[in-house]
Amino acid sequence: MLACTSRFGYAGFNKSAIKVRSLGGFERGFTVITCKACIDPPCARACPVDALSRKEGGGVILDPNKCIGCGYCVDACDIGAVMWDSEWMKPIICVDCGYCVNFCPHGVLALEQVR
Amino acid sequence: MIEWIKALSRVLYVDLVRKRYWVDDRVDLFERWMGGIGVATHLYKEEVPRGADPLGPDNVAIFAVGPLSGIYPMTSKTVATFKSPLNGYFAESHAGGRSASAIRFAGYGAIVIKGISDRPIYLVIDCEKVRFRDAGALWGMSSMSVGRVLREVTDGAGFRTIIRIGRAGENIVRYASAVTETYRHFGRMGLGAVLGYKKLKALVIMGRGSIKIPFVKPYREIYKELWEMAVRSQVARKYHDLGTSENVLPLNEIGALPTRNFMSGRFEGAKEISGEEFAKNTLARRVACSVCPVACIHLANIREEYENEKYFYKTEFISYDYEPIYSLGSNLCIRDRFGLLKVFHALETEGVDAISTGVVLAWATEAREKGVIGENETLVPLRWGDWSNYMKAIYYLTEQPNEFYKVAAKGVGALASRYGGQEFAISFNGVEPAGYHTGPLFISSLITGSRHSHLDAGAYSMDQKLLLSGEGIPEPRKAAEMIMDEETWRQVLNSLVVCLFARSMYSETYVVRALNALGYGFTEESIRKLGKDIYIDKQMIKIKEGFIPLGVRIPRRLLETPTPLGPVSENYVQKVIGYIFERIKEIGGE
Repeated sequence: MLACTSRFGYAGFNKSAIKVRSLGGFERGFTVITCKACIDPPCARACPVDALSRKEGGGVILDPNKCIGCGYCVDACDIGAVMWDSEWMKPIICVDCGYCVNFCPHGVLALEQVR
Repeated sequence: MIEWIKALSRVLYVDLVRKRYWVDDRVDLFERWMGGIGVATHLYKEEVPRGADPLGPDNVAIFAVGPLSGIYPMTSKTVATFKSPLNGYFAESHAGGRSASAIRFAGYGAIVIKGISDRPIYLVIDCEKVRFRDAGALWGMSSMSVGRVLREVTDGAGFRTIIRIGRAGENIVRYASAVTETYRHFGRMGLGAVLGYKKLKALVIMGRGSIKIPFVKPYREIYKELWEMAVRSQVARKYHDLGTSENVLPLNEIGALPTRNFMSGRFEGAKEISGEEFAKNTLARRVACSVCPVACIHLANIREEYENEKYFYKTEFISYDYEPIYSLGSNLCIRDRFGLLKVFHALETEGVDAISTGVVLAWATEAREKGVIGENETLVPLRWGDWSNYMKAIYYLTEQPNEFYKVAAKGVGALASRYGGQEFAISFNGVEPAGYHTGPLFISSLITGSRHSHLDAGAYSMDQKLLLSGEGIPEPRKAAEMIMDEETWRQVLNSLVVCLFARSMYSETYVVRALNALGYGFTEESIRKLGKDIYIDKQMIKIKEGFIPLGVRIPRRLLETPTPLGPVSENYVQKVIGYIFERIKEIGGE
């Protein structure tokens, strides 16, 4: 999350497209939520202003100039992988850059070409 | 520079009496004292009047983070200051978990909790508001249960810290801890009792903001270098692989593992409770504090069949570390890992400091053996190694059903004053020590350390190095300088705030580089000077509060049981203490 946020020259969690949270306290362990790069992305279908366009091979790209900050995409995502930047009032969309993988020392994250 | 300080300088004040809060911009404080312990010391000075009762309306609980918190790897620690109900002096306690990043990214550099609430409450804090919520239903709950409830009824999963107390804090056990993220603790010096007295069951702090980095390129470079060290260095490997419990066997080997109430430095069951055996047999999961790639928190797993139902099991995750293994393991002669983990679990749910509890129970066991107290006092027969009775005693410490447990809840010093057995009551200035019977430098540092902690100067490590090198014990003056130098530098680390497990990577060079990438203008000299100022400041507060270092009793037992460096000479320790405080008063102006 810190690595992802730092792409924008910030420290913190608010610009992160990846989320790590516990499964109900540290005693239950953790889960990592990342964009699955859907072929038919519900977030794009929910966007009323076409700010999210489909990418080849799955996933979406955000056009922040079009985005009106309604947050429908956040609600639309079945797995909760569209994050919300409460400072810029826009969604944070994973761009599959794999930068986070460099900062995962325990082999949880990987960036792989599929198909 | 001011811009960057402004990103840290908001101090949140919470008044529990009037249920009000306000935010002050304290650039002055953060400019002069940087953050962490530097700032928390000064907030304490501003808030706590001379002569205030630690269990009274004037005591405060202060939580502070620093300029590196949440920004660089291994910066997960929050520093708390308050007046200790154990000894009545300025006290300091640290904890990790998600506390530092939550406070930082909620937009605060420090939080000051003032006054006493008229009824049990908990606080929900985010970047905009503080909500005062009724904790009537939470009062009486274990630290585990209250965490479970608050996770359900508050927002911010993944971004929040839940700092709470168990029943020990509510019932003012003076060494009660404040627990955060289930397994991390403001363990020492009784912060849990202070919060319990304030009727503050928990603080939920949600921090999901972010902070603009002024010099992105150098920041990323230094971040990556520090991260590499945190992941690849030998030291970090040690904390990740076996964790702090790796120390059990080496300390036992040299004869420095306190055993049977410090009667010996070697425990016949050391192998069974070693980090190696814990890892092989019970390690189930490692977890990390936020902003740390190391994952030093080791969770063991125990499986227990329900009494009345066959093939129906309860599974519990329990954290273990070196200090509880010493205080409740070797020091109580518990070699049964399952039993030891059950005892740890009892401490976790009740919310009480592992070190103090273990030392109190060890004293009680020996006092019973010697006939100083009887079963009327302890209510259960306390016997070395008998973990199930120790567990019952821990619940009695919380409930305090008789006079004995009421006194025991004040610490081992109080027990010895009331019942006798002074010579085997192991405490310094009202505080039970950590588990290193390594030699004279460590014993001196327990008296000279500004927070009476093994981490003040890490002098247990100095003793071990002296043993290893065969140099022998240095001149008292030299020992004093070694202790002072180390403790001085650690004030810098604790103001940044970085985890002390990262002390080898945060060298002077790295600290200056890391700070300056954020817009500060430090030099190695100026940062050292700051450390010294904070060190003197902290010591002077205690002296003004009436602390007389040469008046601190050294437990006879510790002078009798030989350390790896031989028996400790009281005279030597007095000389070290004398020299250190002469220097402090010289610089501090008294």
